[in-house]
Amino acid sequence: MRIALFITCFNDTMFPRTGRAVTELLERLGHTVEFPQAQTCCGQMHFNTGYRPETLPMVRRFAEVFAGYDAVVAPSGSCAGMVRDHHRVVAAQYGDDSLAAAVEQVVPTVYELSELLVDVLGVTDVGACFPHRVTYHPTCHSLRMLRVGDRPLKLLRAVKGIDLVELPAAESCCGFGGTFALKNADVSNAMLADKMRHVLDTGAEYLCAGDNSCLTHIGGGLSRLRTGVGTMHLAEILASTEGDVR
Amino acid sequence: MSGADNVVWLGTPAFPEAARTALADTRLRANLRRATGTIRDKRLAVAAELDDWEELRDTAAAVKRRTLRHLDHHLLRLEETVTAAGGTVHWAADAAEANAIVTRLVKATGESEVVKVKSMATQEIGLNEALAEAGIRAYETDLAELIVQLAEDRPSHILVPAIHRGRSEIREIFRREMGEWGRPAPEDLTDEPRDLAEAARLHLREKFLRAKVAVSGANFAAADTGTVVVVESEGNGRMCLTLPETLITVMGIEKVLPSFADLDVFLQLLPRSSTGERMNPYTSLWTGVTEGDGPQNFHLVLLDNGRTATLADEVGRQALSCIRCSACLNVCPVYERTGGHAYGSVYPGPIGAVLTPQLVGVKNAASLPFASTLCGACYDACPVKINIPEVLVHLRAEAVEAKRRDRLLPTTEALVMKAAGAVLGSPRRLAAVQRLAALGARLVARDGRIGALPGPVARWSGTRDTPAPARESLRAWWRRTRTPTSEDARTTAEGKVRR
Ligand code: SF4
Repeated sequence: MRIALFITCFNDTMFPRTGRAVTELLERLGHTVEFPQAQTCCGQMHFNTGYRPETLPMVRRFAEVFAGYDAVVAPSGSCAGMVRDHHRVVAAQYGDDSLAAAVEQVVPTVYELSELLVDVLGVTDVGACFPHRVTYHPTCHSLRMLRVGDRPLKLLRAVKGIDLVELPAAESCCGFGGTFALKNADVSNAMLADKMRHVLDTGAEYLCAGDNSCLTHIGGGLSRLRTGVGTMHLAEILASTEGDVR
Repeated sequence: MSGADNVVWLGTPAFPEAARTALADTRLRANLRRATGTIRDKRLAVAAELDDWEELRDTAAAVKRRTLRHLDHHLLRLEETVTAAGGTVHWAADAAEANAIVTRLVKATGESEVVKVKSMATQEIGLNEALAEAGIRAYETDLAELIVQLAEDRPSHILVPAIHRGRSEIREIFRREMGEWGRPAPEDLTDEPRDLAEAARLHLREKFLRAKVAVSGANFAAADTGTVVVVESEGNGRMCLTLPETLITVMGIEKVLPSFADLDVFLQLLPRSSTGERMNPYTSLWTGVTEGDGPQNFHLVLLDNGRTATLADEVGRQALSCIRCSACLNVCPVYERTGGHAYGSVYPGPIGAVLTPQLVGVKNAASLPFASTLCGACYDACPVKINIPEVLVHLRAEAVEAKRRDRLLPTTEALVMKAAGAVLGSPRRLAAVQRLAALGARLVARDGRIGALPGPVARWSGTRDTPAPARESLRAWWRRTRTPTSEDARTTAEGKVRR
């Protein structure tokens, strides 16, 4: 399958290793991965903060850049959710008919990583090996916008050597929420504190999630407290093989 | 008094500041965590018992939205049927008008006190205060509302207005204040729930037996029969609705349902969503007046107070479907940390964050649409499927637009967003910024982590380390290591030239 990688602007800048992991993983499974260099951003930050007209150029670019692939994969539940739930809204509100049609074409081909693997490529055992104690945080947008359900857990359970432990109150929000963490820093911190407590209760060495933004927030707190708990994107665990040393 | 004065409490700080105060109150947080946690679990359990729960939600959402599309028709029909059944209907455009109508009606009875069933609508218009100004004392008879009234406090939850109070606090309030308002609390009052309830019962009974006038809200009203419905769980409402001679109901215009048969769906959804009970303990229905039975004068005040303006907004109007079950409050991680007072509104929590700005105008409650992480738990919980995140984001756009219109110079945020938009609008500019960021970060980062920073990101970096931007972006890595495909040949070539 010819799959385009939508890395997302945040991952591109901060976590290129996640994009490399997605690439390695998909190529290992026998697929062709392409990285359209003209891609930029899904527009989520602008859209969610109320800067709607500013989102339009990004929606337009996305529809142009990612047209014509068998599938587009994003290692981010919230960016995939933005594309799926809101690009149509922006196109309808500020765009023209041709843009609306282009968005309509591309949106059904966009998948979050676990959806692509389980639903489209039909695999749950991706041949990974990660002999560590891991707990999984289902990020809100994966959970409630995309409804990825237990797909990530199915994938993780099939990883060789993994000790997957349940995260208490897993479904409660970590408090990141994009600009919420800046605008309502105190509430965000209170939510983060509870999330960290639950992570520490599991005794896990790694916290895993499908979104680096939530991981940056939780991981930033865990790092500040010198807890020694690492964060790792789902893609990186799935890309790990026996030879890797973490 | 304008609507805004009451729906949003005057002098209340914006949400982030109010939240900071609330967060510092550890007792409040413990009370909230316990109360919302318990009710959340109960709701999930009883909702799971019904095979057709999702269908019920769909039906309820459909009925509400259909009703809102033809609200004028259903309201006129309601006026007809209520009048035919011997009631009198009054129309109130705003809080001041509604308060004036109720005051006039009470005065006409010659009474100077009224008993009240808990009602959000009368909270919204500040009826108790307006009555007090006219020399009329209003007694709240709902237990939690009584606690709030005795403590001269504000309600902080739709269903459990005193959720922020623990039982020892309640004992203190009863001991201190009950005597002022009527029968005092017993000397040896303990903080056992049973004792507290008994004290309230004795205190309230005197008022029920004496009162000639009652004021209520309404949960639903059926347009085809003129039947008004109040749903409550203590029986205090039933006392108010049956014992007095005159009953005045203040009802938001969105509470009308086309037909009596529609109640079927809502009376299943409401108790399960709100208290986690299968059936509601006291559901009172009345149709006009019946000679020799119950109140002999019935007045229905239909309140607009910002609702038709809300109705005009095609995205935002869904907030008018709300049946005030409070499920969204109980699942909201933000509400759980801050409590209701931080919202500075009669309607707190997720529904407050979308309803309040619409009722009073986005400008007057501009911080509320931002008081959410958009985690979506409220949408999942809402029995009438109000897409609260969708409305939040919609109102954020309105708040930003309002600022744009009102200011000569753009806000810092607007400038940042504009700059970010410019960078994200072009892969070349993005790549340039990535290189710059990687360079800059290497100056401040230690072991790849950035610690506390000054300036606008201080609030973020005060508690979290930030990873440094990568030395090489994915985009750059790809160009360096991969043979170009036809798709990215153009930009790749450009990249090679530069390198
Ligand atoms: S918005 Fe929905 S969940 Fe919240 S109080 Fe209203 S009906 Fe209940």
